[in-house]
Amino acid sequence: MTHDPFRLVVVSAGASDPSSTHLLADRTAQRAVALAREHGRDVQLSVIQVRELLPELPQALSSQFMGPKFRAAIDTLVAADGIIAAAPVYKAGASAAFTGFFQVLDNDLLIGKPVILAATAGTSRHALVVDEEMRSLFAYLRTLPVPTGLFAAPEDFSSTALTQRIDRAAKELVLLMESGFARSVREDSWGSYQHEYGSAGGTEVGVNFDTDLMRLATGGSHRPS
Amino acid sequence: MQFGIMSVSDITRDPVNDYTPSEAERIRDLVRISKKTEEVGLDVVAVGEHHNPPFFSSSPTTLLANIAAQTERLTVTTSTTLITTNDPVRIAEEYAMLQHLSGGRMDLMLGRGNTGPVYPWFGQDIRQGLPLALENYNLLHRLWREDVVDWEGSFRTPLQGFTSTPRPLDDVPPFVWHGSIRTPEIAEQAAYYGNGFFANHIFWPKEHTKRMVQFYRQRFEHYGHGTAKQAIVGLGGQTFIGKTSQEARDRFRPYFDNAPVYGHGPSLEDFSTMTPLAVGSVQEVIDKIMGFREYVGDYQRQLFLIDHAGLPTDMVLEQLDLLGGEVVPVLRKELESKRDPEVAANPPSHADLVKAKYGDAEPRQPRPNANRGDNVTGASPYQDSEGAEAVYPVL
Repeated sequence: MTHDPFRLVVVSAGASDPSSTHLLADRTAQRAVALAREHGRDVQLSVIQVRELLPELPQALSSQFMGPKFRAAIDTLVAADGIIAAAPVYKAGASAAFTGFFQVLDNDLLIGKPVILAATAGTSRHALVVDEEMRSLFAYLRTLPVPTGLFAAPEDFSSTALTQRIDRAAKELVLLMESGFARSVREDSWGSYQHEYGSAGGTEVGVNFDTDLMRLATGGSHRPS
Repeated sequence: MQFGIMSVSDITRDPVNDYTPSEAERIRDLVRISKKTEEVGLDVVAVGEHHNPPFFSSSPTTLLANIAAQTERLTVTTSTTLITTNDPVRIAEEYAMLQHLSGGRMDLMLGRGNTGPVYPWFGQDIRQGLPLALENYNLLHRLWREDVVDWEGSFRTPLQGFTSTPRPLDDVPPFVWHGSIRTPEIAEQAAYYGNGFFANHIFWPKEHTKRMVQFYRQRFEHYGHGTAKQAIVGLGGQTFIGKTSQEARDRFRPYFDNAPVYGHGPSLEDFSTMTPLAVGSVQEVIDKIMGFREYVGDYQRQLFLIDHAGLPTDMVLEQLDLLGGEVVPVLRKELESKRDPEVAANPPSHADLVKAKYGDAEPRQPRPNANRGDNVTGASPYQDSEGAEAVYPVL
């Protein structure tokens, strides 16, 4: 194995222990690790359990004040090559802990990163939460969700169809990680996305001086002449 | 090095005794606090600008002129003056007047203001906040340096042959600081003009401050105003001092927990670990403040927010005794002993700026030409203005 290992990060918002959400995320992660190894790439797997960050979430939501655990989670995500994001469905939507976690991240923290979206629910009537709700959140974050969304109601856990979908999603993720898409986007066209100085977990510190605002800052005119 | 206080002029219920001061009380008390600031040996009082309750400081130059009139040494300044919603012409006029009345014991800090509804009250749009700030300062800069200004921009009515009066004291513009938390364009403007850069340094982890100050310093050098380490940097900060760390935390906690902005959020302990907030014994506060230079370099001005969140005036005055009596003397000594000898200890004073402009020569004292009868002097407003004075033959 000549390449660096893939850094795969699981973000699971399962609330109980054991949790069906963790279980789905784990199965997906294990499959992705196995497939990557078949392709000759090792994987370094990190797991962020949103439940452990909950004491810090209110202050992050109210004042963008990230506690030490949040900052460690952000550092882990900055370095991620691929992400598995798994939420339990509560009251017909991804849980507040899950959406809260992703809503306080810098807008450009996850640009271009491939993501498997996964959700579990007590009934199959929530099956569209992954594709109708979670997918739009990750589109806003300008990530690259894989085509196959994963959803598991209780009956799915014993179904081979879920195993096949996990396999499919894992394969899609590994292929996207292998393609180096996220890195290429960041290297070649990072500047074409809107950023805030110091965002992307403090890594966005490039400054473009060739802008109308920078010309105005240095005594120039705001008006096109 | 200068030490002082910065007030946001909030009128907040005291959560301990449920008392809300009146506007009259808070205005009167800030003047008391300012006089005390000088008495205890500090150097600067800064006041913010707001245009809505529960704040009182809508007219900073009036307040600062009153404070300057009742003090001898104190420098009065702002934290901040809104460069977005104020007409730069009015800023030029009002602060030049303050400069005259305070005998040069003033400067000002420019900020954008973060309250959306304020903009339309003054005919502006917050979405244009940044270009407004940048363009308005470009105009302000010229109004204080050119007797006659022709100007056209995107936001304000054009000016033709306009003279801002009074001309700055000794024809030397006030020193200006630009305040920003995470906008590199503002730091760039400060660097371009060789002005000061002030970091709020209250609500945010130190990394934000470090990044912006580093950027400003590099650009200050890039524009040839000196080396990066010589750039003029000011920091905010927040302290509460007690006899012991426990006493400080116990007394400050109810105000912290109920404070506007960060109240009902992080714990005092977490906030103290992750931001510049210094709550503790004299030595703990000194130690924390001594750490600031390690990530911003040697700097020139340190302001503390101490009169907010409903803290009663007596407690603020007591805090000033501790700051001035026990904390700042140690900081001055320690920070000066560590300071790079090539880095100025203070931001430029009026006397420094006069010296820089005139050397030992007499400063210019503009005297207007005669009123033509239409209440203007024409294109050459002062007896020594550049350009030909119109001659009106006696007919």
